[in-house]
Amino acid sequence: MIDYTTLRVIWWLLLGVLLIGFAIMDGFDFGIAALLRVLGRDDDERRVLLETVEPVWEGNQVWFILGGGAVFAAWPYVYAVAFSGLYIAMFLLLVALIVRPVGFSYRNKLADPRWRSAWDWALTFAGFVPMLLFGVAVGNLFLGLPFRFDADMRMTYTGGFFDLLHPFAVLSGLVSIAMLTMHGASYAAFKADESLAARAGNIARFAALAFLAFYLIAGAWLAFGIAGFVITSPVTGEGPSNPLLKHVVVQGHWFASLSAHPAFWLASALAVGAAIANFAFMSARRHFAAFLASALVCAATILSAGFALFPFLLPSSLDPNSSLTIWDASSSKTTLGLMFIAVLIFMPLVIGYTAWVYSVLRGRVTLEHIRSSHGGY
Amino acid sequence: MMIDQELVTLSRLQFALTALYHFLFVPLTLGLSWLLAIMEAVYVMSGREIWKRMTQFWGLLFGINFAMGVATGVTMEFQFGTNWAYYAHYVGDVFGTPLAIEGAMAFFLEATFIGLFFFGWDRLGRVAHLIVTFLLALGTNLSALWILIANGWMQNPVGAEFNLDTMRMEVSSFSAVLFNPVAQSKFVHTVSAGYVLGSMFVLSISAWYLLRGRNIDLAKRSMTVAASFGLASALSVVVLGDESGYTVSENQKMKLAAIEAMWETEPAPAPFTAFGFPDLAERKTHFAVRIPWVMGIIGTRSLDGVLPGINELVEEAEQRIEKGRVAYAAMLKLRENRDDAAARAAFDANKADLGYALLLRNVVADPALASHADVQKAAVSTIPNVPVLFWSFRLMVGCGLYFIALFAYSFWLASRRELDTKRWYLKLALWSLPLPWLAAELGWIVAEYGRQPWAIEGVLPTALGVSSITSAQVLFSLCGFVIFYTSLAVIDATLMLKYVRRGPDGLGLWRDGQVPATGAAT
Repeated sequence: MIDYTTLRVIWWLLLGVLLIGFAIMDGFDFGIAALLRVLGRDDDERRVLLETVEPVWEGNQVWFILGGGAVFAAWPYVYAVAFSGLYIAMFLLLVALIVRPVGFSYRNKLADPRWRSAWDWALTFAGFVPMLLFGVAVGNLFLGLPFRFDADMRMTYTGGFFDLLHPFAVLSGLVSIAMLTMHGASYAAFKADESLAARAGNIARFAALAFLAFYLIAGAWLAFGIAGFVITSPVTGEGPSNPLLKHVVVQGHWFASLSAHPAFWLASALAVGAAIANFAFMSARRHFAAFLASALVCAATILSAGFALFPFLLPSSLDPNSSLTIWDASSSKTTLGLMFIAVLIFMPLVIGYTAWVYSVLRGRVTLEHIRSSHGGY
Repeated sequence: MMIDQELVTLSRLQFALTALYHFLFVPLTLGLSWLLAIMEAVYVMSGREIWKRMTQFWGLLFGINFAMGVATGVTMEFQFGTNWAYYAHYVGDVFGTPLAIEGAMAFFLEATFIGLFFFGWDRLGRVAHLIVTFLLALGTNLSALWILIANGWMQNPVGAEFNLDTMRMEVSSFSAVLFNPVAQSKFVHTVSAGYVLGSMFVLSISAWYLLRGRNIDLAKRSMTVAASFGLASALSVVVLGDESGYTVSENQKMKLAAIEAMWETEPAPAPFTAFGFPDLAERKTHFAVRIPWVMGIIGTRSLDGVLPGINELVEEAEQRIEKGRVAYAAMLKLRENRDDAAARAAFDANKADLGYALLLRNVVADPALASHADVQKAAVSTIPNVPVLFWSFRLMVGCGLYFIALFAYSFWLASRRELDTKRWYLKLALWSLPLPWLAAELGWIVAEYGRQPWAIEGVLPTALGVSSITSAQVLFSLCGFVIFYTSLAVIDATLMLKYVRRGPDGLGLWRDGQVPATGAAT
């Protein structure tokens, strides 16, 4: 049997895997939706763009749903604190995430231009808002959220929605927007009609440069401008999941964990390198390679944020001792073990049939195909 | 700290509205997915084009509904965190697991294959496409299985224990959670209800085409499929609903007593109250019409089993609250000193009733200081809303019996090939369309409203489960959901009606533009 410490580390890594899966798979859906009106200049072009994601967005969205379910089961404290603390932001996110499926499914079902134009705007909103909110949320992790627990483990949260918009969090939102815009445009460049590829490539390259700039500024800000959190009491991975049993101080900077684990720097280096690669491949018109590079950017960016926070998951600015770490915010050993077995069984299956579906759907969605087909169902 | 009851009410209202709304779409997905698989299987086996067209046409309506089901399901997955954060903390270790497995095992399956269902017709062989449709149906139904395992645990929280170190319930036996008898009977009852609803959808819309003299071959074949599948499902809903009544009587005696408005414990076998006006204040049922023996036989599967009445259950609750207070006091001592052996012994002896002590939190700030009157008040709060349950249940059962009759008659007509001969029957089938939705929503009310005041039966009162957010925030999101969901409902209904009106003949789905040849044998 695996010990509790290892299981917690495994579930920390799996949390990363789920977020990366979500960012890569759902990320290009967000990008396509947000770029729909910019990239698609007429109805046919927009239908092409939509059809690149229509057969797959539902499966992609499950990365998000599964992420929610897995956080609930493996990190119940994180689920409870993050979602209730960020209440209004979560509500906006839900609205966006509900508009999107409906928009994808319904937009092409009627020919009326007003109907389609309204859905195009709705989809732009539904693609843009989650990008921004996820980035802002990650930025706030570094700043800490204002929560504390009482002895019943009931959480109180003292901030409001606008408190989330700290300049660093907004910058983090821009990192996210640039990253997923690059990702969505890269997807369009290899998946949509050739005639759209150049336009999509230009957007992707511009977004890749913006990503590099925002990401590096955010890194410098973290290194010099934002205080890190440190556990000062003895750390054990075998203890009960009770965040109040440790002592935490706010000191130094967030890169302390990177100094302790030099391998963590690889993620940051990879994020920068992959963004440059995306730019280079796109310039060379190697669209699929550029898409893979942008997927790598998504993965490396999330890893670098997770590594910098290690071992924290959700620091508390109100009462640092209440901060959630991977050692004291998980579910029980039994549950982590069971869920790990479930992951080992189902993840290979999911990846297998998802790959099969994508292989059936391989090839560009052409304008010719769109003009000759009856519509998007 | 007292619980903010306004926050609780608003949070419950939001949960109920979003859940009832989500449940408008889910049963249709459950039922229609199998009907599509059946129609396509006939196509693959017989090679007759009309069956492919049936699959595609009903598939189109399926898609409109599916998007809404997926979209509104997102809210459900996250609402436990946003609005029920203490619930999420308190039982996440147990309750989160089935939700996560649902995502990995079931939702991934259905969501990945729905795309190929629509976009795979030209890219896949017949058999491969049929497999895709089958996996889609399997995925939606497995999804229901895991959700109902989670819900079954709320009704009958087996295989879990309270952990003092973490202040929450933790899994002690996952197989007990998995094979919870309540979850199993709820699963079959719920999916069968979905199958009835899907069958009614196909039956009613086909009846409308026959009334209009349109798409006759397609409509008749669709009705035949719906009548057979619907009859089997309607029978199964009632039989398995009875089974779920039996399992309820084992662990939720109060819910059963409330459904039956059974105030006093009756001598066995207890009578069934077919009609009456339950009065919560006076604790009696006016104008009760009673059928001897029936309740005792359904509820206990015997002639001598006794079903306790509400008044007796309130007294029982009072005793459990007193025992729970002992556990609660011991818990506070143990928090100060982990090694207090006397407190440990008192806690272990009474921890099964800890949840009952938490009921006092609705009545007094500190359960340790509760008076006898407070305890009585908390005990009375375990009575759910009897009149609502009594009538919801009877209406639901009435619908269920009507469905059996309607589908049986449809099946008889179909087997005699007389489906299009009786206009009154076609009108009846058309106007029966809303009834399965009504029955499904009433079923939700009986199961979940009847669980009150508990979020987790006997473990966690609903009021304690709320997030530490403000009423204003919930009011904001509640209004947001009402406006947003209403607009979506209008859009969904508009689109659905437009597609039904245009019909298989008017949608231009098939490039040859021909109405399928008439007279072909099924």
